[in-house]
Amino acid sequence: MEVTRRHLLLLLTPAAAAFLDHRNGVSAAAPESKYKLADHYWGMIVDIAKCIGCGNCVRACSQENAVPSGYFRTWVERYSVPDYPEEHPIVESPNGGMEGFPNTEHKNTKNFFVPKLCNHCEHSPCVQVCPVGATFETPDGLVLVDKTYCLGCRYCVQACPYGCRYIDPHKEVVDKCTLCYHRISQGLTTACCETCPTGARLLVDLKNPKDPVHEILRTNAVQVLKPHMATGSKVYYKSLDQSVR
Amino acid sequence: MKEAAHLIRVAALFVTALLVFLLVRQKVMPATFGQYGHFRGSALEEIRARPIAFAGRPTCEMCHDDQLKVLKTSKHANIGCEACHGPQAKHADDTAAAKPILPDTKLLCARCHEANAAKPPKFPQVLSKDHSGGEACNSCHQPHSPKIG
Repeated sequence: MEVTRRHLLLLLTPAAAAFLDHRNGVSAAAPESKYKLADHYWGMIVDIAKCIGCGNCVRACSQENAVPSGYFRTWVERYSVPDYPEEHPIVESPNGGMEGFPNTEHKNTKNFFVPKLCNHCEHSPCVQVCPVGATFETPDGLVLVDKTYCLGCRYCVQACPYGCRYIDPHKEVVDKCTLCYHRISQGLTTACCETCPTGARLLVDLKNPKDPVHEILRTNAVQVLKPHMATGSKVYYKSLDQSVR
Repeated sequence: MKEAAHLIRVAALFVTALLVFLLVRQKVMPATFGQYGHFRGSALEEIRARPIAFAGRPTCEMCHDDQLKVLKTSKHANIGCEACHGPQAKHADDTAAAKPILPDTKLLCARCHEANAAKPPKFPQVLSKDHSGGEACNSCHQPHSPKIG
């Protein structure tokens, strides 16, 4: 009886030591650079009325992030919405809109371009289904992928309601828009915003009180894609047609 | 008390199992896991470490102020330099190592200004076949200040 209790106490000591050591390990993590996660909350505003479908954003994204050809982190769709609401809109996106669009005429339609990218959802369906914690929502409002953890199981590719994810054909792990995290964290804008000639895309920081986003959201009719899914999308569309999905 | 001995043995077994679990967990789990949430915290810095390809307009403006003067008064005033000239971060790092190539205006201008029913109606558009007949755009227009006359 005496011996057993002593054993128990003896066992408890290294257990406590291990626990403390583990906690120290977490708090002694690599020190943060100048970029403060808590000071930012990123999103984007896309103005449909300004997009000319030139494909600059698609090309710039693929050059900035070395996106494999045939895959897209951002792409542009050309919508042709028929006058009769019963008919589905015709949506075209030849090579993601990278080289622009042919001027196809569909009779009795309203035509416009819709640039798309990862919506960096606040309650992201792709994060919820990841079985290994390889995709996550960051405190500064991005949805990112830890490629060393990803198994390439494709659950998230199916879960994303916006079709924003693809499997990198070389690494066999999932890849997606990072909102140019390597650029925005050093004060630059994203590659797509940098090269948009008409200012149809605007990177916004929702935690910055001086950011024009607050004025835009207050004074415009702004929509997100698939609002009924309650994903908490942070890519806001100005002048979006209700037929866009 | 003798009859409680078997309970203590079971308790000791549980504690040992917990200890083994904690030790294995500590060995296997990356140090930064759980720093910001249920993921590896250092992944953020790894993603941030990627080198940039587009330098950004303020970087271009540091040297090319002569072009900037022309651009600023034109219709193209708000367009980023690299929207037409392509990614130039390497050129900004070492101007001698990476020389930018001037884009072909026949291709470049048409990307934005070729007529398309889906473009905003107020955006200036032409049918390049009728407008220039295959002539390079910069034989008449100066891309930094495209208005003629």
